Amino acid sequence: MILALSAFISIFTTLAIIAVLGKESFGFFQQVSIWEFLFGTHWEPLLEPKSFGVLPLLAGTLLIVVGSGLIAIPTGLMTAVYLSEYASERTRSIIKPIMEVLAGVPTVVYGYFALTFITPMIRLILPDTQIFNALSASIVVGIMILPMVASLCDDAIRSVPVSLRQGGYALGATPFEVTKNVTVPAAFSGIIASFVLAVSRAFGETMAVTLAAGATPNLTLNPLESIQTMTAYIVQVSLGDTPAGGIEYQTIFAVGALLFVVTLGMNVAANWIMNRYREVYE
Amino acid sequence: MNNFKSNIEKRKRIESIFRTICKALTWTSLVILVVLLYHVAEQGFHRLSPDFLSNFPSRFPDKAGIKSALWGSIWLISLVFLISVPIGISSAIYLEEYENKGKLARFIEVNISNLAGVPSIVYGILGLAIFVRFFGLDRSLIAGAFTMSLLILPVIIIASREALRAVPQSIRHGAYALGATQWQTIYHHVLPAALPGILTGVILAMSRAIGETAPLIMIGALTYVAFVPESIMDPFATLPIQIFNWASRPQAAFEEVAAAGIIVLLVVLLTMNLAAVIIRNYAQRKYRW
Repeated sequence: MILALSAFISIFTTLAIIAVLGKESFGFFQQVSIWEFLFGTHWEPLLEPKSFGVLPLLAGTLLIVVGSGLIAIPTGLMTAVYLSEYASERTRSIIKPIMEVLAGVPTVVYGYFALTFITPMIRLILPDTQIFNALSASIVVGIMILPMVASLCDDAIRSVPVSLRQGGYALGATPFEVTKNVTVPAAFSGIIASFVLAVSRAFGETMAVTLAAGATPNLTLNPLESIQTMTAYIVQVSLGDTPAGGIEYQTIFAVGALLFVVTLGMNVAANWIMNRYREVYE
Repeated sequence: MNNFKSNIEKRKRIESIFRTICKALTWTSLVILVVLLYHVAEQGFHRLSPDFLSNFPSRFPDKAGIKSALWGSIWLISLVFLISVPIGISSAIYLEEYENKGKLARFIEVNISNLAGVPSIVYGILGLAIFVRFFGLDRSLIAGAFTMSLLILPVIIIASREALRAVPQSIRHGAYALGATQWQTIYHHVLPAALPGILTGVILAMSRAIGETAPLIMIGALTYVAFVPESIMDPFATLPIQIFNWASRPQAAFEEVAAAGIIVLLVVLLTMNLAAVIIRNYAQRKYRW
């Protein structure tokens, strides 16, 4: 009985998240229309005149997601291919723990690294870059999600049976051709699922982005400018002294609800892809 | 036959280019790790001293220390351990040994894997609304510990289930054959055999909890705490929060203080991960099926 009760805590947690986000967001949307929230191009909830268009925050988040994805997805996939197709056992035994360590470094450390190392580097090459910029944050978030892409892709590629590869080699294909035409297509569902999971992780990433990307809600596609992501906004509000019940307090729940819905959607999609398109080998 | 042209040279060239790129990208992660660690060490090493560990935070970078944050982290992690480990392991036992098929189990399983993907800041929002405001725990250690426990529970449950699943059925059957009840079988045979795997998962979950920042900022863990917490209702700061606070200040001197804080945090994490590896190796030697 006690055991069952503790198993249900996970369900209570989910319900509590939905209830909390739902209740406060409901209060928020009684004062601000959903249309204005989702499609307004100006986000200024703390100063008069207030405006509640979430697009600048969403654009900032997407800038980070796209930037980090461009770094982590090709690198992660190539790393996985190298680890599973080319590398010796010894190389694997070096790279795997390094990936685990990179994945275990706290995000606040990555934020510090972006702020004090990567940003100065970027400013060396592009002096016009602002101190807080999306590029620097994208790079560290990319580093952060790289181990996840690499290890999930590695699992997916390794689960392709050796006999398929041998078939390719028997036809005289080079390892690159086997990878391109046999292994990667066979592991495709797992690979895509790993991309989706990594992107969802980048979407919800908080501390590195707060430290490195700035706090300027900015509807821009220029990665050298200061921006603000949804997560960084939530942190900014909670660092200040915001009384419960006010509309400023409710904005963090509305933004949090959007964040929750998007990441949950991506995680469900990743699971669905993995189950729906999995190629089953005997 | 005469117009047959071999393309093997070109194919081999592509092959070797591809291989080189893959290799280079793979080793990039090692380079990144080395650069990261070197940068932090170079910035912060000279700020490390016994004083740094025994001083409270200060607005003067020379005097700033990490005592309250270190103790805050120790308090927090002990509470999180006490809350999340019993719940996590009992959930895993229930799901793996008692309720391992059927729609309900499937539903809980999907639910847990989705919870594992929820961004940590959403747990912070949950903690703020439920523990801080609704239960009126205020910005206390216990509110932080509950929030953090909810965050790492999915990690513990998933790891423990895998450890339990790895225990061969023959051990269970042997115990049943001797007339043991299901609970006796689990308590005396399955759980001890799965314990190393569970412990590894628990330690990894704890190191995640030590490094998490966002949910604690949400529930309002203070960044300036000039005392060591004495009860679970006291306000607190933790290592990552202190580092965040220092790193977000504009003065360059605080950058070095932040780096010193990061070194302390990384040493704590490294020790824990080392423990996990040792336990894993020990278990692999002790139990062999």
